[in-house]
Amino acid sequence: MEKDRFDILIVGVGGQGVLLASEIISEAAIAAGLDVKKSEVHGMSQRGGIVSSHVRLAPKVYSPTIQLGRADFIMAFEQAEGLRALNWMKPEGIAIVSTTTLVPAIVTSSKEFEYPEDAIDQMKAKADNVIVVEADRIAGELGNPRLVNTILLGVLSSLLPFERDIWLQTIRKKVKERFVEVNLKAFERGEQIQQGTVAT
Amino acid sequence: MKELLSGNEAIARGAWEAGARMAVAYPGTPSTEILETMAARHREVCSQWSPNEKVAYEVGIGASLGGARTLVCMKHVGVNVAADPFMTHAYTGVNAGFVLVTADDPEMHSSQNEQDNRFFARFANVPLLEPSDSQEARDMTIAAFQISEEYDTPVIVRVTTRISHSKGVVAVGERISAPERVFVKDAPKYVMVPSNAQKRHVVVRGRLEKLRRFTERTPFNVVEGNGSKVGIITGGVAYQYAKEVLPGADYLRLGFSYPLPLEKIAAFVKSHETVLVVEELEPFYEDQIRAAGIMVEGKKFFGHLGELSPYRVAEGLKAAGVIDKVEVSKISPVENMFPRPPVLCPGCPHRGAFMALRKLKVAVTGDIGCYTLGFTKPLSAMDTCICMGASIGTAIGMEKVHGYAKGAVAVIGDSTFLHSGVTGLMDAVYNNSNVTVMIVDNSATAMTGGQQHPATGRTLMGEPAGTVDIGQLVQALGVKNYRAVDPYDYDQVLETIKEEMAKDGPSVIHTKRPCVLMPKRIMEEPYVVDLEKCNACGACFRISCPAIAAHESTERGHHKAVIDTTLCTGCTLCSQICPEEAIILKSHMVEV
Repeated sequence: MEKDRFDILIVGVGGQGVLLASEIISEAAIAAGLDVKKSEVHGMSQRGGIVSSHVRLAPKVYSPTIQLGRADFIMAFEQAEGLRALNWMKPEGIAIVSTTTLVPAIVTSSKEFEYPEDAIDQMKAKADNVIVVEADRIAGELGNPRLVNTILLGVLSSLLPFERDIWLQTIRKKVKERFVEVNLKAFERGEQIQQGTVAT
Repeated sequence: MKELLSGNEAIARGAWEAGARMAVAYPGTPSTEILETMAARHREVCSQWSPNEKVAYEVGIGASLGGARTLVCMKHVGVNVAADPFMTHAYTGVNAGFVLVTADDPEMHSSQNEQDNRFFARFANVPLLEPSDSQEARDMTIAAFQISEEYDTPVIVRVTTRISHSKGVVAVGERISAPERVFVKDAPKYVMVPSNAQKRHVVVRGRLEKLRRFTERTPFNVVEGNGSKVGIITGGVAYQYAKEVLPGADYLRLGFSYPLPLEKIAAFVKSHETVLVVEELEPFYEDQIRAAGIMVEGKKFFGHLGELSPYRVAEGLKAAGVIDKVEVSKISPVENMFPRPPVLCPGCPHRGAFMALRKLKVAVTGDIGCYTLGFTKPLSAMDTCICMGASIGTAIGMEKVHGYAKGAVAVIGDSTFLHSGVTGLMDAVYNNSNVTVMIVDNSATAMTGGQQHPATGRTLMGEPAGTVDIGQLVQALGVKNYRAVDPYDYDQVLETIKEEMAKDGPSVIHTKRPCVLMPKRIMEEPYVVDLEKCNACGACFRISCPAIAAHESTERGHHKAVIDTTLCTGCTLCSQICPEEAIILKSHMVEV
């Protein structure tokens, strides 16, 4: 992987903070001196649909979207969405996936569809580098289920060459003041996960 | 100074820098954030939501005539609504600069069609600018005001979802004060009766000739040479995709794309062995270039449908023989994955209306808004959706021909009713229709993010506002059967629809409850499922509430239900339809 080019696809479900996470990565990258483009589709984001954000970092970025199959990182806040998005990733890319499961009403109310309970196993079967994060459990421990995004950001930060201070400053800048402290804690928990963990 | 801005934020920034004093719009994805940004960050600009795009455009005409540089923004289909003033405004021209932003939605991420609004520029013979990223969105907006004043014409800035909603680094500047202008009476220019309009049409043709010279020299139409035999003619976001995939080709990048710089194009084509046109949606460049006798290829390889992407451009280049292979995804996509369509929120006040309509099995003519989600399974309670305001007219027609034995009900939201439902209801009164209309009123333009409208009591700038009373308006139109009901009262909604459908003359059922997200999230005491009583009948699953999920325990092979108390707003609908009375207030649950 070239050190100054990163294509990051973030996926989740409306309300999980996909857009905030992509803002933080983008601002951090600018602070680190890279060109940035990021792209997402708004409109349905609060209605329980899939939300995805393409973040592209390089000395000069053209396309605002990642080419299919070329993402260096997939960051998934929900495990089935991680599985769904996995074919966007390079074979040597790294997927960071939360064990969070969100089963939509369309699955519970009919026999037509099934939720893949083994989504993470399927991801591991398809890709070499899958980092599984019990972010829902950790967020629960920290007392706020909405911290899954920041915990995964902590994991990602340990894989990107930006100084730690840049991340912390960006979080302070982008997160609402009364949530800054708990988000910094969540970020730190994410950082710790990757330390000493071998991707399996 | 540099900032990370979305295309929409950059347009607002550019208009502000250009000294705009007025900005008008009706919300519509992907255009909405332009005016929201203006109202939030650039308070010197008088920004307002109008009830629809036609009115917004007309307010813009007046502001421009009055001497203020004016920005008018709408989504692509909004321009259809504003097309009437727009087409003639092209004849009158402007006073102070007038810029129309059309935000198109290739792929229909949040729209009912993917029409290519570049044709509106050609249709009306007005200039067209197509930014390819946030920086150009800012730069071209500023330039558009200058072009508008220099050539005395409205100017279109056309963006797409991937421009509007992508962020990039933008070098910004300071606000200038635009040239002072006042309204000067000039009936031959501004009163478009036939004798004046005939003369103005001549002016339009003359202006077009001047613009044909301008398009050849503007720096927005630029050749990027790399010494390649392959030349790509492209514009908008397609330029970025092509450049990503084939950085070594020569480019003719069209930023000012109507009228096209045909001389520049001819020279570019002549100096390259292979020339391809890469553009999203319709062959807008390609057809005009070919009509000028210049042979190019494009759509044959890149297709007409949906968004382009780096991958699709690569495939097209391969089909054209320009590249040998396309790197494909080596990780296979997962098969048979469940869909995750957007759904009505927990506690959404629209839910009760659709539960009742589904029960009655009537034909439901729908409209544009959050409530369009009433068509999704398992609610499955909407049968048509065409455009803003169409529900009422459609229901009138269906009812007139007795097209459906159980009758037709129109469903329309408050903002959409004010946008263009009022005239439909007027038709129902006038033509003695027996139609039943449900105005599902949540006091917001909710789908686009909860914007204000004429019945909410607040302006875009956050000031207290005059308020249209929808109930009084309906009755003033001559509707005798008007009923206001609580959409959280399922039985009342059901009975009211039955009664109103049985009556002669048009009926309006007005359901009133605020959107649970706007202006602040509504959270009452949540409900829980008493698993001892729950018999896994599945009735609560069928109301399609995201807070209700399958519990691991089963009965007769079916899952019992569980409520996510962090999502439940306490709207009570599920508890009303639970036949076992197993859904109860959390505080009433006896802890074991």
